[in-house]
Amino acid sequence: MSAIVLDKVSRWYGNVVAVNDVTMTVGPGITGLLGPNGAGKSTLISMMGGFLAPSAGIVALDGGHVWKNPEIYRRIGLVPEAEAMYDTATGAQFLLANARLHGLADPGAAARRALELVEMVEPSDRAIATYSKGMKQRIKMATALVHDPAVLLLDEPFNGMDPRQRLHLMDLLRRLAAEGRTVLFSSHILEEVEQIADTIEVLVAGRHAASGDYRRIRRLMTERPHRYTLASSDDRALGAALVADGAADGVTLAGGALLVQASDFGRFVHALPRVARDAGVRLRDVSPSDESLESVFAYLVAR
Amino acid sequence: MNPVVMQLTVRGLLGRRRSVLLLILPALLLGLAALTRWAADGSPSASAGLTGDFAMGTLLPLMCLLVGTGVIGPEIDDGSIVYLLAKPVPRRTILLSKLAVALGATVVLAVLPIMAGAAIAGDEGFRLTAAYGLAALLAGVTYTTIFVTLSVLTRNAVIAGLLYALLWESVLGGFVPGVRDASVRQWALAAAERVLGPDAAGWGVQSDVSMPAGLILLAVVTVGATWLAIARLKTLRLTAAD
Repeated sequence: MSAIVLDKVSRWYGNVVAVNDVTMTVGPGITGLLGPNGAGKSTLISMMGGFLAPSAGIVALDGGHVWKNPEIYRRIGLVPEAEAMYDTATGAQFLLANARLHGLADPGAAARRALELVEMVEPSDRAIATYSKGMKQRIKMATALVHDPAVLLLDEPFNGMDPRQRLHLMDLLRRLAAEGRTVLFSSHILEEVEQIADTIEVLVAGRHAASGDYRRIRRLMTERPHRYTLASSDDRALGAALVADGAADGVTLAGGALLVQASDFGRFVHALPRVARDAGVRLRDVSPSDESLESVFAYLVAR
Repeated sequence: MNPVVMQLTVRGLLGRRRSVLLLILPALLLGLAALTRWAADGSPSASAGLTGDFAMGTLLPLMCLLVGTGVIGPEIDDGSIVYLLAKPVPRRTILLSKLAVALGATVVLAVLPIMAGAAIAGDEGFRLTAAYGLAALLAGVTYTTIFVTLSVLTRNAVIAGLLYALLWESVLGGFVPGVRDASVRQWALAAAERVLGPDAAGWGVQSDVSMPAGLILLAVVTVGATWLAIARLKTLRLTAAD
């Protein structure tokens, strides 16, 4: 059982703050690091993996410093986001080289075991350059697992995977976590994270915005106020009817459109057509104005 | 030294398309050497001209540039170096293993062809061959180490190295006397001058620095560059543009 502990960790590049005062403990089980692109997820994983010094704060693995300490790689397996590998080598050769670099007692057996784990035994005598994206991703997983690490760090592992490969990787991560390993992966897709993560850490604009299990995060995300832009035959009447009905918390008439704010998403979408019909108003356009993931995250940060 | 790092490095150095250049350039030198022998009837001073100007001045720095920037730079560029760095292997060992491969390649692909070139173009009892062999070895070790270090320091190592090799070592070294005192080529030539003794001036092998000074400067630059590269690799920033 291993844990990575971040204590008031910040990282800045010149004037740009990539990670801002993050404190968290990543323990056994699957942790999903969720955040929009550019939130600092990769920076945080780089610091956890000992590839970047924190500008302030401490990153520790089981009480020992991570930075400038290659010995941690006996316990950490890393799946980088970068695609590049030693492309001229075959999958089997590359795995064997990784096993030997770890100084394992029986590198041949370890390489074979890792290839079996990701179901890449059969194509492993082909050059890596000939592999599909999904196969490369599995070889990357195998290199991270070859020394049987207690901690696994994955940077955007589901990127570019087809649904079948995605399910396969989720299944593998679940098995690894069930064996008591600490698994952390980053993603910008909530659905992906909530499917397998026991714990979700939300990172927005470098800040640790929320933390908890997926139900808590999901609730935070669905209970936020939703905003819609409507166009209708009579915006004024429709706005009044929506407020009277209680489906909307607030309405604004602006620039020939009706802006509606609703805190109960389900109630609003069911009420809107009924209210419009009862008021004799024809709806021309209904569009959510802030459904982008970024605005969801921004809401979490602002809380 | 780590044999696995060395194997992966050899594979990377020879597996890339530009490794073809590593064979073409020495072949070109040998061809020119044969032409020189035919045209000048094997005169040692013609041979010294070809070896001193083309082989030492252009071919050697270019070969060292190709080799030095080929052993670690591409892996840092594409991020695959992470597979070496995320291992319980000291960064020092990784760098020294890669440097060893680079130096080996320099000897086989540059120093030996330069010796062969001098011998083919014209020599007396292999004295020119031995003298230029020594100078090429000394300069090659230093050049290659400098270029390996450059590729750990900057992503633009090839351009920086090319500017250094062509502008500083070749052009400025030819025109500005002060620059010649601070040139790897001149330091290494000091050893060749000493080996040839009284014949050196007659064959046009001249250096602006004395041999002890040349050797000390070569050693200082080589060791310093190696140290710098190790220090930089220990803190190499590895993160995607997030």
